[in-house]
Amino acid sequence: MLKNYLKIAIVVLRRRKFFTFISLFGISFTLTILIVLTAFIDKVVGDNYPDRKRDRSLYVNRLQEIGTRSGGINSSSGGMSFYFLNHYAGSLKTPAKLAISSNFNSTNTYVNNKKIVINYKYTNADFWDVLDFDFLEGKSFTKQQIDNGERVAVISAEIKKEYFGDEASVVGKYIEADNVQYRVSGVVKNVPITLYMIYSDIYLPYTVSKTDYNNSGYRGNYTGILLAGSKADISKIHQEYEQMVSRLPMESKDFDKIFSHAETFIKNYVSTGDEEKSGVAYAITAIGIFALLVMLLPTLNLVNINVTRIMERSSEIGVRKAFGASSKTLIYQFIVENLILTFLGGLIGVVLSSVILQIINSANLIANLELSLNFTVLFIGLLICLVFGLFSGVYPAWRMSKLNVVNALKMQ
Amino acid sequence: MISLQNIQKVYRTSTIETLALNSINLNIKKGEFLSVMGPSGCGKSTLLNIMGLLDAPSKGDINIDDQKLNNLSDKQLAQFRNKKLGFIFQSYHLINDLKVLDNVMLPLLYRNSSEKERKQSASEALGKVGLSNRVKHFPTQLSGGQKQRVAIARAIVGKPEIILADEPTGNLDSAMGNEVMDILLHLNKSEGTTIVMVTHDEHMAKKTHRLMRLFDGSQVQ
Ligand SMILES: Nc1ncnc2c1ncn2[C@@H]1O[C@H](COP(=O)(O)OP(=O)(O)O)[C@@H](O)[C@H]1O
Ligand SMILES: [Mg+2]
Repeated sequence: MLKNYLKIAIVVLRRRKFFTFISLFGISFTLTILIVLTAFIDKVVGDNYPDRKRDRSLYVNRLQEIGTRSGGINSSSGGMSFYFLNHYAGSLKTPAKLAISSNFNSTNTYVNNKKIVINYKYTNADFWDVLDFDFLEGKSFTKQQIDNGERVAVISAEIKKEYFGDEASVVGKYIEADNVQYRVSGVVKNVPITLYMIYSDIYLPYTVSKTDYNNSGYRGNYTGILLAGSKADISKIHQEYEQMVSRLPMESKDFDKIFSHAETFIKNYVSTGDEEKSGVAYAITAIGIFALLVMLLPTLNLVNINVTRIMERSSEIGVRKAFGASSKTLIYQFIVENLILTFLGGLIGVVLSSVILQIINSANLIANLELSLNFTVLFIGLLICLVFGLFSGVYPAWRMSKLNVVNALKMQ
Repeated sequence: MISLQNIQKVYRTSTIETLALNSINLNIKKGEFLSVMGPSGCGKSTLLNIMGLLDAPSKGDINIDDQKLNNLSDKQLAQFRNKKLGFIFQSYHLINDLKVLDNVMLPLLYRNSSEKERKQSASEALGKVGLSNRVKHFPTQLSGGQKQRVAIARAIVGKPEIILADEPTGNLDSAMGNEVMDILLHLNKSEGTTIVMVTHDEHMAKKTHRLMRLFDGSQVQ
């Protein structure tokens, strides 16, 4: 019997090219979006190179000062100064280590008259302990080298290739950035730019920075990662940080409030916007609604198309019932039809997404981000397909089976 | 073979109540060819649908082959229709998505049979209506007379004992209509199939064994 259903389904789908096309398009398009989205999220959230200790790290990337007294509102927000992180965040008791690094800046450099854009970032020594970089050769710079203000650099594999070409080993060689020569101490595996607190092409000791890292203002362009000795310390550190911030003296009369938080990776990643409007809540709601829409609209649409299509075939339903099909048999028939359709759509979707992922990767739209279609994503995709197929088939099939034969035959 | 006792059918809508059939008593013998006539709206189709178990009467009993058929489940009704009954409709009701052969094979899908047996039976049935050369066509590629012959092939492919035909020649010109009528007469004679046919054509009705006239839901002859 199943073989017959399959045969009928294929005949019908081939004859109804327009409907088949619309349905396949809807399913495969939705699936593609979902798969690409999951691949992206999976990469950003799931692959944790080089911050592999994410579960016991707290991230500090913003400080906001607000003044409401003078009538209007004064506000200053963004990164923090090296001094603030080192002096205040560094004074907390519980954290085991504190990685401090600047936002990346870009500069031009020239190799054989070819211009290369290099992103550089300043770090402290803990940065290399908190994060687990994979060194392809050499090693990171030491605390001693930092304190001595040595001009040394850790560079990414990508910039090594761009700057030095195919040379096998570059440790000890010099790389020029901003008219300064830095001696390469190590080469690390690329970090995707989506991890903006960590990504860079070259990493330099903060002591060689031209801006004054002893400037005692709160605001600057550094961010920090607090590493806990164990997971249990996370909430304690979060509290300590809150208390430290609440005790901070105001920098000037213009301000009367200071906000800054040490948050887990996810919270930190999605938190945007200003303090009082709770960026986290916004972002989570927005992502949730988006995901729901992405999944719900095509499903409803598919159910709708199916109801219309099945009602269109009411005369066929009448005929089949008159010649001996029971309601149950007909429900099976329509569900099989839908499953085949969604399965085909799913297959197209998977192929389409791998092509799109390939394009995103090869175009290098997002620096160093290698998206891949992994098996979890594939499995989720196929599962969604199955749910689509059942959901969009069962309801119309059920409605159709309620149809009285005489009425079904009358409808044309 | 078919026995209707005191059949009544009332259609109720929110505004009106239509008495489509009123105390119909009818006995049809095995091998009989009965024609039903009457003005439009008098209840002919309703009568045929009730006989064909496509619709339930509001009152009364139906017996076919001494089997009382009032309270069968959906599945039992489907099986009964599949084995005992064949339908022919005025507007053919072929499935346009399926080829002629697949249309004819349709009733056999709902019983135990192999693909080979089904093809064989369908080809035979198409041979009986003279359409062996249209097997691979789609219904839309056929004339009205050819479509109705395909519909007859579909009705007889499962070798039912009873054929119910609702104005089978209603949409056809007289030449095609006569062809269809000849096939039905032949079927009745050679295979002993019991046939109930609704028609507006006195001439065709005269060729059958018995004529029943309906007026406003009641039997007048
Ligand atoms: N589904 C229905 N709902 C309400 N009234 C109906 C329905 N089907 C038929 N009727 C009414 O029942 C009467 C008999 O209809 P029908 O059996 O189709 O007549 P005929 O086939 O003799 O032309 C008509 O008055 C018709 O309007
Ligand atoms: Mg009628």
